[in-house]
Amino acid sequence: MDDIQIKKQSKKYDAIIVGSGAGGGMAAYVLANAGLKVCLLEAGPNYDPRENSSQLKNPWDSPRRGASTKFRPFGDFDGCYWGWEIDGEPYTQRAGSNWEWWRARMVGGRTNHWGRISLRFGPKDFKRRSIDGLGDDWPIGYEDVKPYYDKIDKLIGVFGSNEGLYNDPDGIFLPPPKPRLHELFIKKAAGNINIPVIPSRLSILTKKINKDREACFYCAQCGRSCKIYGDFSSSSVLVKPAVATGNVDLITNAMAREVLTDREGLATGIAYVNKVDMQEYQVFGRTVILAASACESARLMLNSKSSRFPNGIANSSGVVGKYLHDSTGADMGGIIPELFNRKRYNEDGVGGMHVYTPWWLDNKKLDFPRGYHIEYGGGFGMPLYGFNWGIENLNGAYKINGQQKQAGGYGASLKEDYRYFFGAHVGMAGRGEGIAREDSFCEIDPDVVDKYGIPVLRFNTKWSDYEINQAKHMKETFKEILHSMGAVVTWGGDDGPHNNYGLHAPGNIIHEAGTVRMGNDPKKSPLNKYSQAHDVKNLFCVDGGQFVSQADKNITWTILALSMRASEYIVDQLKKQNI
Amino acid sequence: MDRRDSLKALIVGGISTSVLLDACKQPAKEAAGNKDNAKIPEQPDRMAEENLADRKIAEQPKFFTANEMATITLLGDIIIPKDAVSGSASDAKVPDFIEFIVKDMPEHQVPMRGGLRWLDMQCLKHFNKAFKDCSHAQQMEMVDQIAWPKKAGPGMQQGVAFFNLMRNLTATGFYTSEIGVKDVGYMGNTPNQWNGVPEDVLKQYNMAYTEKELKECVSFDKKV
Repeated sequence: MDDIQIKKQSKKYDAIIVGSGAGGGMAAYVLANAGLKVCLLEAGPNYDPRENSSQLKNPWDSPRRGASTKFRPFGDFDGCYWGWEIDGEPYTQRAGSNWEWWRARMVGGRTNHWGRISLRFGPKDFKRRSIDGLGDDWPIGYEDVKPYYDKIDKLIGVFGSNEGLYNDPDGIFLPPPKPRLHELFIKKAAGNINIPVIPSRLSILTKKINKDREACFYCAQCGRSCKIYGDFSSSSVLVKPAVATGNVDLITNAMAREVLTDREGLATGIAYVNKVDMQEYQVFGRTVILAASACESARLMLNSKSSRFPNGIANSSGVVGKYLHDSTGADMGGIIPELFNRKRYNEDGVGGMHVYTPWWLDNKKLDFPRGYHIEYGGGFGMPLYGFNWGIENLNGAYKINGQQKQAGGYGASLKEDYRYFFGAHVGMAGRGEGIAREDSFCEIDPDVVDKYGIPVLRFNTKWSDYEINQAKHMKETFKEILHSMGAVVTWGGDDGPHNNYGLHAPGNIIHEAGTVRMGNDPKKSPLNKYSQAHDVKNLFCVDGGQFVSQADKNITWTILALSMRASEYIVDQLKKQNI
Repeated sequence: MDRRDSLKALIVGGISTSVLLDACKQPAKEAAGNKDNAKIPEQPDRMAEENLADRKIAEQPKFFTANEMATITLLGDIIIPKDAVSGSASDAKVPDFIEFIVKDMPEHQVPMRGGLRWLDMQCLKHFNKAFKDCSHAQQMEMVDQIAWPKKAGPGMQQGVAFFNLMRNLTATGFYTSEIGVKDVGYMGNTPNQWNGVPEDVLKQYNMAYTEKELKECVSFDKKV
């Protein structure tokens, strides 16, 4: 490559979609099935779990035995390309900020590896300002989104149980799997201290729902992505059938640079760099739909500057990039002596927990305004790199088969110890709602570009006492549950005020949201209640960017619902020639 | 295709056969400085950048010297010897794993190299020989000074830190090998049907599923 040319595609699409994860995959699916012509841009390579998953590989099939690399921070078998760092694509921080930014680069995005935790927001989650005076209410309520949650439950499939909980609404559920042994221990222990434990709600098929996907065969490896499409990944469940309609041109390795506009200030398409040939391209459409992730979509908008949009496209409010927030997270683990020397059997189950705890308390009586849910782990996991690391901290602390030993050691006696402790560990993770604040934001770094010459994001995020107090409460709760089940804390028990009670850095839970939020007031929000830009009527954002607040729920199911809702609106508006 | 057929297809069918065969060609065995490493096949579950990075690691010369590797092998088999249940660390090719992992995780290089030299210097002082050339009794006398963190004498803490690392790398390498997985009794990673905790195990822990659970949860005919 010596001469740089801009190659303009002559075909005009009905929609250009940037990003193929939950938001973009759903938009492509809805639009293509409505007969519209779609160009779907993805910054990473093609990915089909059937061909590309590491499912059912054994630990020894990885030279590093499943340990993480910079390419796969969640381990060598994980189903996500890239993560905290990408070669040639830096991001920066303002002083004191420590946002951790996860970026997937592949068809389907991070949905290939996510936890499949598929929780509806409840009625209160759309109206938090009315309840506690913090942040803002959404311009829509649960009743607006409920029909889409219902459709998605049926289209994609999710298991769970109807519990009649007001703010954890019932859904159209497949049957959940039975709890594992440590989950029965957790349920009993938590129940003794009035903490509810109910079947988890995961988008995994415990029953077959259509001809394209098989039912789960219980290998616990959803994180690797599923070769038989037994769980939800945007790649297998949305992008693949969307492409099969013949209405979608999927362009991979296409790193979006800018939203193009015309003299009237409407979006006309996307300029992108092809990461393989390093040439510059432009594609054009009647609408442009951003779904590149909350921060990437904000970055793209802020980088789309023109005389008409000096602060970036659709940013007359100045709000693009602001109100960036992530779920809170704190964790703890222990060992259950009652489970030492357990009988062996296959307890893989589905990928992830079979039970969880939805938020169960009233924040009016607490020193933090928003709730959290608890996720659980434990049992006989596949041995991978790090397996039983630190036995010297464990084997001197308990009698092993009736015998008190010295810590550490070697030999046949040590081998007995490893067998003795296998499957006795348990862990729990709180995932909660932080407050979306104007002073928590990403912006364009004035000094730094990535290897494609695209200006990069600079972050400015910090937790407030609300989130720190919440983490403190998580830790106290975890200790109570572990104590109640007779477990001994082995990690995460030493956190305190010195480290915000183990509260993870913002961004670390990988639920970025809020940078392009929706609202009725164009001065305070870039998008209206249909995920449509106030300033540019044919520009939409359908990823986590549009969120006003997070809820104490994982956001994917709501991204899917809002994207489906926006996409149906787009189909309707295009038909009516309003856009 | 019914459910059982589809499971079978997954095991023996076109998709997974190639995956399983490819899996057998993983570079772990070749990693110890074999010049043929450029031939490592592209893995369908690796992105291009990963295939390239793995090839670069495989092309590196050996990290450990022959003396160091002999010492690692001896220590590994002291930590995980053959017993009534399973083979030894070297049976499970743990030394090859350690050679690979210090290239993949360079943060282990200095503690391993320095720890091995520390060990040899101790042995030279006391026995006039490097660790690998000491008698078995001398080797065990040395190991016993660093294998028990709570009992270790003054001046032995660096040796304890090294032996802890050596023990952890050996255990991780062993229990993630085919021999070790079988030894510890991990029985998953295979298509099956989760029907809940086995009856006898529920009884052992005085646990039972509630009627609500039995009614709402997915269950499978045990004969299937």
